Amino acid sequence: MADLVEIKGVTHAYRTKAGPLPVLNDLTISIPEGEFCAVVGPSGCGKSTLTRLIAGLMKPDSGEVWLHGERVKSPRKTVGMAFQNPVMLEWRTILENVMLPLEIVAPSMPRARREERARQLLALVGLSGFEGKRPSQLSGGMRQRASLCRAIVHKPEVLIMDEPFGALDAFTREDLWQLMHRLRAEEPFTALLITHDLRESVYLADEVIVLSDRPARVQYRMRIDTPSPRPIEMLYEPDSVARLAILREQIEIAQGRSGGAH
Amino acid sequence: MEFLRKAAPPLIAIALILAFWEWLVWFKGWPTYKMAAPSDLWPAFWKYRTLFVKMGWETLWRTVVGLGVAVVFGTLLGMIMGFSRLMRDALYPVLVGFNAIPKATVVPVIALIFIGQHDFNTILIAFMISFFPIAVSVSIGLSTLEPEYRDILRALGASRLTIFWKIALPKTLPEFFGALKVAVTLAFIGTNLMEIVEPHGRGLGALFDSGKINADYPLMFAVLFALAFLGIVLFYFVVLLERIFAGWADRSAS
Repeated sequence: MADLVEIKGVTHAYRTKAGPLPVLNDLTISIPEGEFCAVVGPSGCGKSTLTRLIAGLMKPDSGEVWLHGERVKSPRKTVGMAFQNPVMLEWRTILENVMLPLEIVAPSMPRARREERARQLLALVGLSGFEGKRPSQLSGGMRQRASLCRAIVHKPEVLIMDEPFGALDAFTREDLWQLMHRLRAEEPFTALLITHDLRESVYLADEVIVLSDRPARVQYRMRIDTPSPRPIEMLYEPDSVARLAILREQIEIAQGRSGGAH
Repeated sequence: MEFLRKAAPPLIAIALILAFWEWLVWFKGWPTYKMAAPSDLWPAFWKYRTLFVKMGWETLWRTVVGLGVAVVFGTLLGMIMGFSRLMRDALYPVLVGFNAIPKATVVPVIALIFIGQHDFNTILIAFMISFFPIAVSVSIGLSTLEPEYRDILRALGASRLTIFWKIALPKTLPEFFGALKVAVTLAFIGTNLMEIVEPHGRGLGALFDSGKINADYPLMFAVLFALAFLGIVLFYFVVLLERIFAGWADRSAS
């Protein structure tokens, strides 16, 4: 049985004025159904390119992206996306923002059903009572919660997150990490998380992948078998600390290579 | 009390200015063929009241139609330039060049080309003078749309049209209304330009022109006040539309 997300030997370069800029080099990653995969790596190593490839927003120069046994050539309705910027539509209420993907993916679904689904998710992330508010009336953490609801409201096969907690303060970030585990329990999904926070990757992911500097390839993989949901205290246990040290070292190796790569 | 505190300063200022104006005309002993005093205005309004209503209506509807055409054309042009880099590069210099021509010089040209069709000419000038800010603001609004906004819908397989309706258009509305406030004033100027430079017996501009020919200062000043009134009404009508359609952009309200 093939994995849900399969990235096979993907190589990609951006065409710039100074010539081609290779960002991904023979990258192979696969995520089994229901797993949470975190990708870390030096900044500018092509992590965001990876999200756009899986979402079908761009095509790789060579290599293949497969989703649920089908080759991804164009956008599909079965992905959910969340970014560092919560990308709330300011003219819509929080509830209407969360309902947005359903309008595209399930236009025939009655409005009442869409609303019910959105309300249910907002309740799950602790935003009951804020349905009618505008995004500008909410804090950054609350906006990001709503953004996560929007990313999974249509029950996507894969949830793609590009540093969704990067702009939040440390406590809010930890709140949202715990929320991710609760969401996984209630609304099972397969996830790819791009991050540069090693603690985040260790706390959330079943597998952490370290990418090398540009052009990125898989440099290191780490399995974390602790079942979800995980207590936040886990991060302070010797096991996790050891994992963080290994990942930290791998990042340094990845950065160290940058000097000789070109 | 609060209302009085707010309304009093501007009202007192207006009263003082009018009083000074009245005093100056009285002090210098100017006759009405040389200069009008505020007290001459009301009789002028009353004397020509039917003309004011008729001409005011002509100025108003031609301005609104000209602005309406400018909104449709400007929005379409803005969309073309906002979505296509090539079209933006091609059209922008043309637009800037066209906008740089003072429209007063275009008035006689238009009046000659479409001789006799005064309604059409007036609407055309009102349109030509006012579409530029709308086109520019819509194109900037669309071309500066953050890619994430497009991606959340594109990733779901939404069509370009859907993305435009659900994201790009509403997101551009605040800029659009900002431009519309400028455009409504410009369209009003355009209408009056045509009415005054090539009068055809229609609109407040023509009434102003006839006041000029007869050295009827009370009438000329009365027209100026009527124009100011119409201009304010038009402007606040746009403000009202903005409140309705882009009120969400005003954060102070929440």
